[in-house]
Amino acid sequence: MPDPYSLRVNGVDCEVADSDLAESLLFVLRERLGLTGTKNACTEGECSSCAVLIDGVLTCSCLVLAATAAGQEITTVEGLGDGRDELSVVQEAFVHEGAVQCGFCTPGLIVAVHDLLEANPEPSDGDVREALSGNLCRCTGYGRILAAVHSAAATKRSQP
Amino acid sequence: MTTEPVVTSAPATTTGPANTAAGSSAGAAGADTIVDAGTRGVGADVGRPDGVPKVQGRFAFSSDLWADDFLWGHTLRSPHASARILGIDIGPALATAGVHAVLLADDVPGRLTYGLEHADQPVLADGQVRYVGEPVAVVAADHPDVARRAAEAIVVNYEPTDPLTNPEAAPTAAPIHPNGNVFREINIRHGDLDATGEVVVEGTYEVGMQDQAFMGPESGLALPDDDGGVELFISTQWLHVDREQIAACLGIDEEQVRLTLAGVGGAFGAREDLSLQIHLCLLALHTGKPVKMVYSRDESFFGHVHRHPAKMWYRHHADGDGRLVKVEARIVLDGGAYASTSSAVIANASCFAAGPYKVPAAHIVGLAARTNNPPCGAMRGFGAVQTCFGHESQMDKLAAALNMDPVELRLINALDSGDRLVTGQVITGTFPVAEVIRQCAGAPAPDIPRSDDRRDLPGGSGRTTDAADTVRGTGFAVGFKNLMFSEGYDDYSSAACRVADGVATVTCACAEVGQGFVTLAQQIARTELGVDEVILAPAQTATIGSAGSSSASRQTWMSGGAVQAACRAVRDQILADVAADWGVSPDGLVLRDGLVVSLDGQQEALLAQITAGPGYEADVEYHHAPTEALDENGQGNAHVSFACAAHRVVADVDPDLGLVRIRDITTAQDVGRILNPTQAVGQIEGGTAQGVGLALMEEIVLDNGLVRNASFTDYVIPTTLDMPDVTIAAWVEEPEPDAPYGAKGIGEPPTISSSAAVAAAVRAATGLNLPRIPIRPADIALG
Repeated sequence: MPDPYSLRVNGVDCEVADSDLAESLLFVLRERLGLTGTKNACTEGECSSCAVLIDGVLTCSCLVLAATAAGQEITTVEGLGDGRDELSVVQEAFVHEGAVQCGFCTPGLIVAVHDLLEANPEPSDGDVREALSGNLCRCTGYGRILAAVHSAAATKRSQP
Repeated sequence: MTTEPVVTSAPATTTGPANTAAGSSAGAAGADTIVDAGTRGVGADVGRPDGVPKVQGRFAFSSDLWADDFLWGHTLRSPHASARILGIDIGPALATAGVHAVLLADDVPGRLTYGLEHADQPVLADGQVRYVGEPVAVVAADHPDVARRAAEAIVVNYEPTDPLTNPEAAPTAAPIHPNGNVFREINIRHGDLDATGEVVVEGTYEVGMQDQAFMGPESGLALPDDDGGVELFISTQWLHVDREQIAACLGIDEEQVRLTLAGVGGAFGAREDLSLQIHLCLLALHTGKPVKMVYSRDESFFGHVHRHPAKMWYRHHADGDGRLVKVEARIVLDGGAYASTSSAVIANASCFAAGPYKVPAAHIVGLAARTNNPPCGAMRGFGAVQTCFGHESQMDKLAAALNMDPVELRLINALDSGDRLVTGQVITGTFPVAEVIRQCAGAPAPDIPRSDDRRDLPGGSGRTTDAADTVRGTGFAVGFKNLMFSEGYDDYSSAACRVADGVATVTCACAEVGQGFVTLAQQIARTELGVDEVILAPAQTATIGSAGSSSASRQTWMSGGAVQAACRAVRDQILADVAADWGVSPDGLVLRDGLVVSLDGQQEALLAQITAGPGYEADVEYHHAPTEALDENGQGNAHVSFACAAHRVVADVDPDLGLVRIRDITTAQDVGRILNPTQAVGQIEGGTAQGVGLALMEEIVLDNGLVRNASFTDYVIPTTLDMPDVTIAAWVEEPEPDAPYGAKGIGEPPTISSSAAVAAAVRAATGLNLPRIPIRPADIALG
């Protein structure tokens, strides 16, 4: 096994030991660090259920070797709320609008919507559809998800 | 266990602002009084109890579980559609460092085969493989990559044989299984079979093999116990039927196999059959260690059954006014290598082959055949999807032949309560087909301007199509199916309710697969018991009887009915005791707002006080009305209840490139009664999207039995750019007399008519015949 290395996840330095260098960031987050919020729907970069932010860039964690992310700021869905009981505006909107059914695509979408609204606080319907076109959902047909994104955008704009 | 599946409890779930669902209601008011729809009970727009953990990433799906010192399982699968196995050498795999077990068919201690209706599928291949992807060996190792490499090191000596891939040839071909090549043949003969119509239209139609493509891959964790039993945390649609099959193959008592539902990442029929359940338990019992298995996406395509591909021939006869005289049809479903639910799927396809129309005479022949293609079974719509494409294509063809408006043709033939199906069954419940058609077709036509935004054009941002090159068409379709299990099956669900210290706890083994039963169960308990806090105990086999399957649009009715009955039994005990104490009749008492209240306003008491200590408890089984088998002419009262939906689709098409962009979908649905508006919208939008996928893009491509596109790169499902907004013109609410709260299941109808409506829209735009779905670009461009 290679030497242990450290990943900075959600502001915390995490030691990764006994990890094969071939392990993806998705695998290490889930199986080495116990952060199972990041999901494994396709593990081939097609569905974005494993989306995380690496130094602020939206990334499919299944396509990144974990060791190459050492020294970068990794943000997962677990790092987006304000603590266990506080939801982010985006998370709140997903709950309120009925955007969650089975919920397997939800964490990746939450991360992607945070990224979208950071870059574009007033997205048009086309902007939202284009930004989320890489996030596959099989339950919802996307209607309530799109409603949640517009609702979250409006809430964020109304906040001081 | 350091991680347990999140038990859906009742935190102060936010109910959110008023929902903006497009739905409006039509139809008669219900007979069943809804007690407190204004708050958080039945009918209210209550949020999911698992919504918060799901948006936080804290909800534990079946792939998120782990245990101390657990092993990873992996499956070796057949690369051949048909082959004899001459020998297997597991030596190199066993010698791999980190490998704890390599198991073959000989290691299965109990029954060697399993299956939902017929146990004809080997747990592990025994001398013969019959489809690509059939499990041959399972491995347990200390790392998933080690397990995978060890599986690759197993040497299997195959002698490939020519696969049987044509279901039409199957009945007369040499048997590829000891049970033969025909799963079931059905003959429906109804009315005067010599009748003919003035107008006759004929057509042959095809439907490709669709995958359920749930997001959460097959996965689970098995833990051996100290006395030869096993505990399994699993994503499934039906815990108790899994247990039955697992125990038989392990050769142990059912009580020694304890299943708990782990978080389920979607199902849509694909989790009704077993996938890795027995393999996990075998490995755990063999190694004495916990074993976890998670399929990759490509493996998932081989790990579950698919929607049956169909070939259908139809001949419709009508009189000069458009009234149907006779429908003739022959339907062939490719069941693949093993039985799964093929015999029930072909029954549905045949029973509903003529559509929701009055048909005085029908001759329908249905065949489900065994081939060396991947096994097919349950998927949302269950046989009715395929034949809806057939009968709706025919209705449009008939309208054209009659020079009649296609919606008008459907209206004059629409079935209603009191009418007879082609199976001779009289519809006794509500069945507002005409109202559903009127509401959908009569909705205002969408105003969709031609757009220069490339995202709105066929081909999207690929800059392939110019707006000037597109043509627009509108299509319409209506479809229906049965609710619950049919043909004499004693379908039931079990639930228990306990009220102690004013808090209700509901126990039910209903598999929550995303549909929102957990929300409904809480709403029902609140309505029946007048409480706010409702705890849902884990769904597991050890604590409660079977809830039946989360399929066939049945859980709102069946497990909803069980929860309602359990709550009412507890309510009656409480009221009887209080009535005796107060010296009044229990009929004069109700449970409301956490109180026991006398209707005359004279007395009240806190429910928490009345139920202090052990409280009150009841355990019930809820059965639906019995049904009958179909006779040799396919006649009989085989079904419990029916639901229908209609879709109107507007599509823009680039006829030269064969590309389609759907611009609008409008729908209306026969729902009985809406119990949770937001969840109903979610079912309708999501179900419609799966129909859009089948119409335009989703197909497992087979080449002589080999699967060519087992990935989300090559098997594409609709994205945000493919799905337009779905306008719900109306929920047609005519409460079903026998159903709890009058509510019909709503999960499947949206998937039935949406594919046919998309195909009709593309035909209307292009003038092409398009007898096959999914419609491929070449079907349009070269059509």
